[in-house]
Amino acid sequence: MFLARVTGRLVATISYAGLEGVPLQWIQPLGEDGKAHGPQLVACTAISSGPGDLVHFVDGREAALALEETFVPVDATIIGYVEQVEIAGSPDLAETRP
Amino acid sequence: MILADVIGTVVSPVQIPVLEGRKLLLLRPVSPDGGSTGQARIGIDTIGAGIGDRVLVIQEGNSSRQILEEPQGAVKTVIVGFVDEVEMAGEIVFDHASP
Repeated sequence: MFLARVTGRLVATISYAGLEGVPLQWIQPLGEDGKAHGPQLVACTAISSGPGDLVHFVDGREAALALEETFVPVDATIIGYVEQVEIAGSPDLAETRP
Repeated sequence: MILADVIGTVVSPVQIPVLEGRKLLLLRPVSPDGGSTGQARIGIDTIGAGIGDRVLVIQEGNSSRQILEEPQGAVKTVIVGFVDEVEMAGEIVFDHASP
């Protein structure tokens, strides 16, 4: 489970059975300093997130378990909206917009 | 399982049902002597850990679901232990009592 910033949306007109209607979004995984860590990736979302939001996501098999249809081929799913990240001595990551 | 330092708290008002009411902490994976070894991640606390603690973390879905008693839960990173002491080659490299 990692922190990420939603950077955009993606539309796939044809997708695997069970993934109809599941929103796809671009996310940028973040490090503890709130800066980008690694390449951007496409994730399904199990909550109502949108570009600009700070979120957390799960990767691997668990990504499918977070969705309504749990036997689908996905490897990353946004599972929560992050309102605040409190790190001793650092500004709130949620306040630090890119 | 990995060693990690708890470096922050995460407030998430909107999330999947399995995470509701659970405490989320920001973790920095560390080597036995305390150097950072990777990307920070978010873990579910089961032991009452807090900022500054060195903890033992599971990063595997089935074990996490078993610990949280959520057979279908989309959970992967769970804090399962509080580290008091780390010994490497006969030498104590971390002692909670004297950090």
